[in-house]
Amino acid sequence: MNDSIMSDPVLQKIPESPHFPLLVDELEHTLLAVDQIGTKRIIRDHCKSDSPFTCIETLIVPALEEIGRGWEEGKVSLSQVYMSGRICETIVDAMIPDTDPSRSNSPRVAIAVLEDHHTLGKRIVYSVLRAGGYTVTDYGHGLTVDQLVTNVVRDRIQILLISTLMLAAALRTREAIAGIKKELPGTQVIVGGAPFLFDPELWKEVGADAMGHAATETLEIVKRMTAEV
Amino acid sequence: MMTGTMTSMQRTLVTLGHSEPDRVPLFLLCTMHGAKELGFSIREYFSRPEYVVKGQVQLQKKYQGDCYYPFFYAAIEIEAWGGDVIYRDDGPPNAGPPIIRSHEEIESVEPPRVGDCACLSKVTETIRGLSAHSRGEVPIIGVVMSPFSVPVMQMGYEAYIELMYEQPDLFWTLIKKNEQFCADWANAQLEAGATAICYFDPVSSTTSTSPELFRKTGFVIAKRTLAKIKGPTAIHLASGRGLPIIDDLVQTGTAALGTSTLEDLRVVKEACRGRLTVIGNLNGIEMRRWTPAMAEASVKDAIARAGRGGGFILSDNHGEIPSQVPDSVLFAISHAVKKWGVYPLDQVPDEG
Repeated sequence: MNDSIMSDPVLQKIPESPHFPLLVDELEHTLLAVDQIGTKRIIRDHCKSDSPFTCIETLIVPALEEIGRGWEEGKVSLSQVYMSGRICETIVDAMIPDTDPSRSNSPRVAIAVLEDHHTLGKRIVYSVLRAGGYTVTDYGHGLTVDQLVTNVVRDRIQILLISTLMLAAALRTREAIAGIKKELPGTQVIVGGAPFLFDPELWKEVGADAMGHAATETLEIVKRMTAEV
Repeated sequence: MMTGTMTSMQRTLVTLGHSEPDRVPLFLLCTMHGAKELGFSIREYFSRPEYVVKGQVQLQKKYQGDCYYPFFYAAIEIEAWGGDVIYRDDGPPNAGPPIIRSHEEIESVEPPRVGDCACLSKVTETIRGLSAHSRGEVPIIGVVMSPFSVPVMQMGYEAYIELMYEQPDLFWTLIKKNEQFCADWANAQLEAGATAICYFDPVSSTTSTSPELFRKTGFVIAKRTLAKIKGPTAIHLASGRGLPIIDDLVQTGTAALGTSTLEDLRVVKEACRGRLTVIGNLNGIEMRRWTPAMAEASVKDAIARAGRGGGFILSDNHGEIPSQVPDSVLFAISHAVKKWGVYPLDQVPDEG
């Protein structure tokens, strides 16, 4: 999406629209169909250019949340979640570039894949957080516990998201979280990934502050933590 | 190898025929536990076929499971294609960096010849060794990654999803190359003595791909590839959901389905009844912290939900039990299937 879309003089402010729930529904459907053009059209037709955060909060995030709920219920596939997040990330990046002063309100958030090299989960969460207007430092994948702790302490990260796919890596988050909390007790750590989905007790066992079942749930947790940090 | 009135092979064949054998067969799909049995690191253990043969034979004797499982690790196929494997002490070896770094490289990448790959020869040697031990009494389950799922390791999951949606021609080019390799690799294992092939296809699960997209991709690929495999197959969705696509899976010609703990085993069994044998669905991740009593309760529940009428093999839901699962839990599972899995299952409530 280019900037001219957001400066369209006929744009409507979403909350004033009586068709708002239908719009979210329509956006969800175009995203699930991986229809980039349709998605951009909806944003162009219904978002007011001078209030991108209103657009994000009232239209984009609710649509992504519906998709996230669908994934948790087994009705939506991971590939649809990924493509939806990527499409929304591109749109929001055009609405609020990294240099936009409003991005600086974001807390210091970082994301990483600990030890293993399966990056899809991280990428989805990263896209959804970006689509939610957050600035996120991406530490990449395959990090050792020491590398992760060093990076987080150096950057004084306030909210850290750790993604894992393999059980062994998920168990190692305990060591990483302990190392981080020792240096930065106020840092909030959210974990996610298959081992945490299959064992609902695991996130507590490793000492995390929260677990995200789906990327959009993670966004909600980050929002909540943002108010606290 | 007779733990009831039937051998493991007889028990498995009867249940695959949708009749009730002497008891529910147990496929205890341990790979890394063999290393622990022999006191080796995972890297050492998988370095020689005779170690894996010994490990599998010891595990089968110890827990009295109903199959040998000569599966090394999923990334072995990437090794065969020239990629790196990253070993660790507490989990399965992982695939290293993608061997296909851009979509454009798909045209030039060439599948390896199965017979030329030293890593794959270790597996076929293992199968030959296990075949000598089995003497036809214990099924040997070979493993392939489906042509539709292996690109996750070949190029990374994100790049693969983008390829599927955005460059269908290149997607099919890659699939065609993978299909031939997959069929050749499966047939090499069957020739070495494997009884059946487990076709791992997590990307076909509805967890990963919508049913609509699956019917245009993973389904077509499975149907074509399984037709080239000269032996019986089971499709395993490796923890992914599969209920909405069971009718499609039946049409692929497969005999069995590895199902997820995320789905109700009773519902899956009902959808598969008489058409596909259900394999599953103990939660391998939770298993790590089970007590023996929890293990027994889980086994009893699974048997109550899916055991009646045959067509059910008790197993984990992923196709690989994590190395962190303690011996006490594996023993408890083994004891429980003998206690609660004896047909006609009068000892368990009818949850069907």
